[in-house]
Amino acid sequence: MHRRPLLAVSGLVALAAAVSGCGVLGIGDEPADLQIYTARHYDLEQAFGKFTDETGVTVEFISGDDAELLERLKAEGDDTPADIFMTVDAGNLWNAARQDELAAMDSQVLEEAVPEDLRDPDGRWVGLAMRARTVTYNPEAVEESDFDAEDTYAGLADPKWKGRLCMRDATASYTQSLVASLIDLHGRERALEIVEGWVANDVDVMSNDILLLEAIDAGACDVGISNHYYLAREKAENPDLDVELYWASQEGAGTHVNVSGAGVVEGSDNPDQAQQLLEWLATDGQNAFVDANHEYPVNPDVEPEPLIAEWGEFERMPLNAEAYGDLNAEAVDLLAEAGYK
Amino acid sequence: MLVIAVLVATPVVAVVLSGAAGVGEASLPRGLGSMVLTTLGLMLGVGVGTLLVGGGLAWLVTAYSFPMRDVLVWLLVLPLAMPAYILGFVFLSTFDVSGPVQGALRSVFGAGVWVPEVRSLPGAIIVMSLTLYPYVYLLARNALVEQAPGTYDAARTLGAGRWRALWRVLLPLARPSLAAGLSLVMMETLTDFATVQYFNVETVSVGVYLVWKGSFEFHTATQLSVLVLLFAVAVLAGERLMRGRARFHQKGGRGQGLQGARLTGWKGWGATALAIAALAAGFVVPVTQLLWWAVGDVVSDPSTLWDARFVDYLTNSLVVATVTALACVLLAVVIGHTLRLGGGRLVRGAAQMTTFGYAVPGAVVGIGVLIAFARLDELLESLGVPGGTGLLVTGSVMGILYSYVVRFLAPAYQAVDASFAKIPPTMTMSAMSLGATPRRILTRVHLPLVRPGVAVALVLVAIDAVKELPIVLLLRPFGFTTVSVWVYELARENFWEKAALPALVIVAVAVVPVLVLFRQVRLVELRGKAE
Repeated sequence: MHRRPLLAVSGLVALAAAVSGCGVLGIGDEPADLQIYTARHYDLEQAFGKFTDETGVTVEFISGDDAELLERLKAEGDDTPADIFMTVDAGNLWNAARQDELAAMDSQVLEEAVPEDLRDPDGRWVGLAMRARTVTYNPEAVEESDFDAEDTYAGLADPKWKGRLCMRDATASYTQSLVASLIDLHGRERALEIVEGWVANDVDVMSNDILLLEAIDAGACDVGISNHYYLAREKAENPDLDVELYWASQEGAGTHVNVSGAGVVEGSDNPDQAQQLLEWLATDGQNAFVDANHEYPVNPDVEPEPLIAEWGEFERMPLNAEAYGDLNAEAVDLLAEAGYK
Repeated sequence: MLVIAVLVATPVVAVVLSGAAGVGEASLPRGLGSMVLTTLGLMLGVGVGTLLVGGGLAWLVTAYSFPMRDVLVWLLVLPLAMPAYILGFVFLSTFDVSGPVQGALRSVFGAGVWVPEVRSLPGAIIVMSLTLYPYVYLLARNALVEQAPGTYDAARTLGAGRWRALWRVLLPLARPSLAAGLSLVMMETLTDFATVQYFNVETVSVGVYLVWKGSFEFHTATQLSVLVLLFAVAVLAGERLMRGRARFHQKGGRGQGLQGARLTGWKGWGATALAIAALAAGFVVPVTQLLWWAVGDVVSDPSTLWDARFVDYLTNSLVVATVTALACVLLAVVIGHTLRLGGGRLVRGAAQMTTFGYAVPGAVVGIGVLIAFARLDELLESLGVPGGTGLLVTGSVMGILYSYVVRFLAPAYQAVDASFAKIPPTMTMSAMSLGATPRRILTRVHLPLVRPGVAVALVLVAIDAVKELPIVLLLRPFGFTTVSVWVYELARENFWEKAALPALVIVAVAVVPVLVLFRQVRLVELRGKAE
């Protein structure tokens, strides 16, 4: 009967590890000055490290899913260790602000650095990195002139694209906020027509932007809708990739954009330094924050990194965070009604 | 016993209550009916699939001996080690339109070659069956090995052939174990979000996520998650039904039992090929793809091979998995033992309650724990305890451990209970009538007899805990990262080449308990032969 010694030994090992390894288990470490809940984690360490070097303010973060981290914030209430809540889209920022989890900032710096539509009118959150969701295509199968320059997204409902489209699935927040912006732009009825047009074209729904771009490269579909930085990343790895980018709706409402941004948590015990970090990220820290992921700076005075700068400047659809947030549920419903999976 | 049940049920109840409290005007998602049908279809398909693959393989390795059988016996458990959020992507990037398989087909047969749609319900059923079968395999194999040797021998002496003995004697006897394994598979299927999403299969769980994350309606989502719970109830009821009223107990006595008949020649290699094929689909292919990525990544940037933080992550994973496995198994044994010593409907119901957590998506359990502790805080503060529990849940690993026990008690209990089911009640009664205390019965009678179940339970829980993601993501304190979180952070942003190496580490870590189990099984077998 050697089960019990084994049990006892493993129990002891676990106990020893739990006691001696406090540091390992994350207990007992000295907390940093600023603590961040973030749904974003592209090279955050680099940007925050630079901030610490410049200001002496230390930063630590926990990454997770926007909606889940928000529930954690709500449950922790005033006890929360978090000072900043960071998301990868405007809808979730809007939702956090709506649920009174974000404190209003009064910041001249942010007002000057960030265009008005990319931040909350009441100063509860600010966009920090911009991503465009636009059309990507295989140049061997498609000419730029094939696209509807006025309303490119709606143009993909044209029967000439039958069997040639690849898009993301209905559970993807990217798809949802694009459709929400179409509802905001055209009204529900017209937006439904557009989505039904995509479905009628046998759109191939993929669960991942990288798979989508690779499908275009492989010639499995001719045209897709994807975030610009995924293409940038793929191009950086493989410059010969047979996929090009087209700026959607340049002669109309502009290309659909979203922001990754942040706000100061209502229960923060260090709101001043939290605001200081956000101001730094929107100004001196822009490049450190957005370049590694090939995103566009929100600050018009800051240059984008060279690879995406090659795509030139583009007109963007003004960002309406309230509409994205408010209409997101309707977008989900509309996608289901159109039979878009 | 009741305390365990209450503790386990609390988070789930907390979520349901909070959903009921915020009766929203938001409606249920469109297409709910088809989601329910899809869920049923998926569960049915995966159930049949795992039963065939897992049960079939268990029979193969137990009833026959063939080349490499001794290694394959435990290798076949390995698909368990593959987290679902990695598997979906790996499978699609291998088999979908842009993957190497279809690329090769196109280059051979031309661009117009017809291939079945990978991203579909059948695709999801195949992949999930090939990766979830180890639950059935482990429990079924355990049942066959533990099986009263006398019964099988009796059947054979009475003139039954191997097959007849299998169908008429062994299979009915293994039913409780098959049912237990199957119900684990069903619950796993029910709560899966990662794989189904990759395969464009909209289950009820997808519906919950759509409402929660797509409509920002947490309350409505919790109402919908009650529907998921109904499915879980159905699974558990189904399990009871499948076990039936019959109680099969080992009647003691020793015999030759099921001896592996030697398969020679093409038959033997055929059996080997069959087992390897199952293993290849569920484990070798994804691991090869991951290795390919990992090598490519390391070649392009050798500095990624070693990351100093890695030791921390690994230690965290190991400690949490060990503590969780021990706690779950301990509780499972206590529950099984208590049930054995008697107890009415209430105790039985309570035992059933404790397995519920497995049927609830991890994120929901995590939020349930958060809500429950927030309420506890309010209560404590109103009773005059300043600060309440403070940040016990998210400020330490306690919240994670608690949630893990809630979620993983089911696999532990199923495995242990399947072993308990074979102990004849008369044995417990004899011990009692001989004046043994419950404690003594536990240590001297029950524990030694359920040891195989305990070993399986430890492995199942430890592997589940190492690869678990939503809970650790939600509840971890600052500075606490596990290997699975590390993989997720990279995979979420599609840095698959970078994610490959840590993903392989998870697989490697999961191999350790499998090896331990293998040793244990060998010991049992050797002892059996020695006697």
